[in-house]
Amino acid sequence: MSVAAPGEVQAAAEEQRGVVESARRYYDTLKAGDVGSLPVILALAGMVIFFSLKNGNFFTAVNFNNLIVQSAGVTLTAIGVVFVLLLGEIDLSISYLGGVAGVIVAELQLPGSGHDLPGLIAILIGLVAGLAIGCFQGSWVALVGVPSFVVTLAGNLAFQGVILRALGQQGTISIQDNIVNDMANYYLPNLAGWVVAAVVAGGYLAVTAGGLVARRRAKLPLGNIMLALLRPAIVALVAFGAVAICNHDRGVPFAGLLVVAMIAFWTYISTRTTFGRHVYAVGGNTEAARRAGIGIRYVKIMVFGISGVMAALGGIVFAARLSSVDLNAGGGTILFYAISAAVIGGTSLFGGRGRVAAALLGGVLLGTIDNGLDLIGSPQSTKYIATAVILLAAVTLDTVSRRRLERSGR
Amino acid sequence: MGEAPTLEVRGVSKAFGSVQALHDVDFEVRAGEVMALVGDNGAGKSTLIKCIAGIYSIDEGEVRFEGEHVTIHGPKDAARLGIEVVYQDLALCDNLDVVQNMYLGRELHTPARLWLREPEMERNTQQTLSSLSVTTIQSIRQPVATLSGGQRQSVAVARAVMWNSRVVILDEPTAALGVAQTRQVLDLVKRLAEQGLAVVLISHNLHDIFEVANRITVLRLGRDVGVYEREQTTQQEIVSAITAGVPTKVAGIADTEASA
Repeated sequence: MSVAAPGEVQAAAEEQRGVVESARRYYDTLKAGDVGSLPVILALAGMVIFFSLKNGNFFTAVNFNNLIVQSAGVTLTAIGVVFVLLLGEIDLSISYLGGVAGVIVAELQLPGSGHDLPGLIAILIGLVAGLAIGCFQGSWVALVGVPSFVVTLAGNLAFQGVILRALGQQGTISIQDNIVNDMANYYLPNLAGWVVAAVVAGGYLAVTAGGLVARRRAKLPLGNIMLALLRPAIVALVAFGAVAICNHDRGVPFAGLLVVAMIAFWTYISTRTTFGRHVYAVGGNTEAARRAGIGIRYVKIMVFGISGVMAALGGIVFAARLSSVDLNAGGGTILFYAISAAVIGGTSLFGGRGRVAAALLGGVLLGTIDNGLDLIGSPQSTKYIATAVILLAAVTLDTVSRRRLERSGR
Repeated sequence: MGEAPTLEVRGVSKAFGSVQALHDVDFEVRAGEVMALVGDNGAGKSTLIKCIAGIYSIDEGEVRFEGEHVTIHGPKDAARLGIEVVYQDLALCDNLDVVQNMYLGRELHTPARLWLREPEMERNTQQTLSSLSVTTIQSIRQPVATLSGGQRQSVAVARAVMWNSRVVILDEPTAALGVAQTRQVLDLVKRLAEQGLAVVLISHNLHDIFEVANRITVLRLGRDVGVYEREQTTQQEIVSAITAGVPTKVAGIADTEASA
């Protein structure tokens, strides 16, 4: 317990802090164990270099677009996982729930079935079904009190059964509706791509600047403005860079745009709204949240609803990519990859810690492993083992750094 | 003191099944004073507090707030009257920062809950903390997990007083703290009373109590033994009241036989 410095002195010091000192402070937090998303970005960079050296086809615009579309389904599903993990719960039903949504959409667009609806309507119904199933599972967790592990494990089995029964006779439904297939197969015209980049970069800058203006109006210290504008600059660089690469090939894939839009929307929900704050509070200390008058049941049900709707969206993108659903819908590695993506991206399994952007980082990292190993001709076995190593390494790093964080008394 | 006590409890009884947790208890606290509430384990301190906070309903008796009869049906009723309780476990979210904890469950937001008003919350937090001379917290944007025990206690207390509260009840605020941090919290308790709040302090530590309390209410086996003025009593007298229940003449109580 050190002697306190008065608040005003503190504020003034903060105002004058230079870039060099900020960099040093960042280094200090790293040393203290607060590594944030740095390891994931480093791992991603290392992997990109490795695969680029191994195979000339890896670092190409065509493959860049493939990678985006390949990792879109897992990333979208993982966004829901982040919310569930923030609560300290788990959702094991997401993969087959997504499969069910895919089957619903495929069935509803089926020409000549007597109920062939326009693609957009079919997609909306699929999403609403995902939301409803998620909320239903959430109700079992929140109102009945059955552990989410069991509820969603039952869901996992049940939805697998539903898919088998729905597809039983023909075993597969092909999707001919263009709007549904466009979810994974449409590429934006070059100009539209640039507009997207401008909107993303401008939007991020506007939010950052708006925050600074609001702080100034409230007469709060602004910190270092150059540093505050560094993030929007990086976002702009990444956005325009990515669009430049995409436009070199077929253009920006719609699936990629969908991922960016969803990351932005759910980041807003989780960090800027009362509901998002309550999710973190319930995950951090349920009892404290209850005493503060937060509707814990409501939060839990809604979070499982989010998990359901994002799993459905992911499942629809998976179905669109194959232009069909078959008995494998929702199977394979989807469940484990989605949960791994959220965890690798830096979401704690114990609740209260993590960001929506973790889903993107983790999803892209896993997508890169899959894509790269495919290109250099590695068998499925290598993929599983490589992913396992990354997952274990990520969680180990997180555990160790958290221990250091506690020890350094921060 | 002529005016009515801020909070007054008369003849309150509470039973859990066959266990009589509170029996005909009187209790009061006035604005600007620190009223200590002491008693052995199981004496009924927590039950009394939870009755006042609206977590338990009372079987018999009356609660008066600033002279007016009130009925408290739940924590929200208590909060509306301006009664805030800081429980022993503080009820802070470790993963959230100081500002977020101060506004937990009562966040300021734009209409339709679309956007949190962060700058306003941060500024108000800053003002509340500095009005209570809580100056040891480096940044109010750091997670509560990184604070010391005394700082955490200060945050919990500051949260309780930020909402124009009239009565603040502190449950064992110094139980887990070291010497310097206990000092910090006791100073804070004194400042609350100086600011005109009615403060109830529950503690096992008589040393702390004799330092900050104006009056002391002793509970024993669910009954109140009596109210002591700090100036006119000794630690020894309080200890024997806690353990043996020395009957003391208290206004309004007919039977004060405590050696049951």
